[in-house]
Amino acid sequence: MHVYLPIAEMSVNIFLILGMGGGVGFLSGLIGVGGGFLMTPLLIFAGVPPAVAVGTEANQIVASSVSGVLAHWRRGNVDLKMGFVLLVGGFVGSTIGVWLFTLLRKLGQIDFVISISYVVFLGTIGVLMLIESGRAMLRHRRAMPQRVKLHQHTWLHGLPFKMRFRKSKLYISALLPLGIGAFVGILAAIMGVGGGFIMVPAMIYLLGMPTSVVVGTSLFQIIFVTANVSFLQAVENQTVDVLLAVLLLVGGVIGAQIGSRFSARLRGEQLRGLLAIIVLAVVGKLLFDLVAAPSDVYSLYLPARH
Amino acid sequence: MRTILTAGALAAVVATTSPASSQLLIADHAPHLIKVTTDFTGTEVLLFGAIENDGDVVVVISGPESSVTVRRKERFAGLWINRYQMTFPRAPAFYAVAASRPIEELAPANVLERHQIGVRHLRLQPAEVNAPVAEIGLFRAALVRNKQRAGLYSTEVGKVTFLGNRLFRTSIELPANIPVGSYTVNAYFVRGEQVVSAQATPLAISKIGVGADVYEFAHNQAAWYGLLAIAIAVAAGWLASVAFRKG
Repeated sequence: MHVYLPIAEMSVNIFLILGMGGGVGFLSGLIGVGGGFLMTPLLIFAGVPPAVAVGTEANQIVASSVSGVLAHWRRGNVDLKMGFVLLVGGFVGSTIGVWLFTLLRKLGQIDFVISISYVVFLGTIGVLMLIESGRAMLRHRRAMPQRVKLHQHTWLHGLPFKMRFRKSKLYISALLPLGIGAFVGILAAIMGVGGGFIMVPAMIYLLGMPTSVVVGTSLFQIIFVTANVSFLQAVENQTVDVLLAVLLLVGGVIGAQIGSRFSARLRGEQLRGLLAIIVLAVVGKLLFDLVAAPSDVYSLYLPARH
Repeated sequence: MRTILTAGALAAVVATTSPASSQLLIADHAPHLIKVTTDFTGTEVLLFGAIENDGDVVVVISGPESSVTVRRKERFAGLWINRYQMTFPRAPAFYAVAASRPIEELAPANVLERHQIGVRHLRLQPAEVNAPVAEIGLFRAALVRNKQRAGLYSTEVGKVTFLGNRLFRTSIELPANIPVGSYTVNAYFVRGEQVVSAQATPLAISKIGVGADVYEFAHNQAAWYGLLAIAIAVAAGWLASVAFRKG
């Protein structure tokens, strides 16, 4: 059964879209990741114009983050103050990001920039996760007790504008979360992701936040950043397809339900290893498309019709 | 039903042409308005008419002209990147042609070019007027090739068939991805390697229904559309969360 997407201006098989939503939802339920970084490339592979994929995915992430954050909120795992500082940075970053996106689209380089951003950032994260989970698996077999590093002081702690974050038990410069928020905001706008896959490691390793509040706080700020991206993309580029977003969401909700039931059967490092392999497969396909000679080196671009 | 329509339409055409009209060609098509709904999977336009004398008929459907930028990728540090581009300010979004004989046999190239008969004879002039002729040729060919791959420019010339010597008919397929807008159906009566008569009739393709309304809304009131999109997402996310808790 086909359905016509009004903004993407294409006819798609409804079950393909629901299936993609379900598959990515399953993985996010299984592993606990947002899934934007998988969904946007999948949409592009399915023939959705990259600009529409990015704009629409931002809108879908708003929905999935809202449902995700409510669960964390009930358990008290959201550091509101930290979330607020991050989202101020995120607002600035994502606004710059959408502006860059529009500019790059006019210059004809947006597809390339989207792909190369995925290859660089997702590739790095994927490789790091694979190494980390591989080590963890080896460690698990040897069953050696690991020494846990305690709080470490670096030059980052010498920055001015110190602020106290009670829930995260931190006293650090506000510039740090502001900067991280802004950087992830730019990426969120260009790559059509929530940015959790960069935000979460940054919160743990750069800010030193306790892992219990990391996911909830990250989701909290992602709602606002992706809402900003979604709004600006709708205004600047008219690339948010509500119908596509809703279809993806329906599939995603069901998939996440099933995924979270399965997650109890797998160990953490196995899950991370699995995610790393999926991430690297996506990166590999994108890299191949950048390196391999295209079937036609010429392509058409139609400026927005009115 | 289609044959009845054809027969009826042809009879109507004959009725209007028979009283010694000075027109050498009369043509029409059906339907005049094509509605693109959310389940639109393409359609067929039926073109028919009559000619006064022996000769050949060419029918062309061409669609809304707009600016198209053609980009060429080149290898840079091992990666394929868009490097050169050329803009064609007035390229038809859709072009299809049907004729009663291969068009090259009908008339010399200059005649075909004057009437833009056949994709090879489309008047596609780039905005970059000073670009080398060879480059323009490459970009123009790329434009046509990409349009053909998208099914928007015809790769073959359709067949116009005659019923007797005077009545003709043909049909042209419009793909699912046909852009909306105002189209023109041009019918040409060709005799002695010249176009001796021509007739242009409009064809409208417009989006109808919810999809069209959404598109209009997104483009005309982008800010409200954006806010509504966020509201839907937040509501959907909240609903999903409620469903989670119960389940």
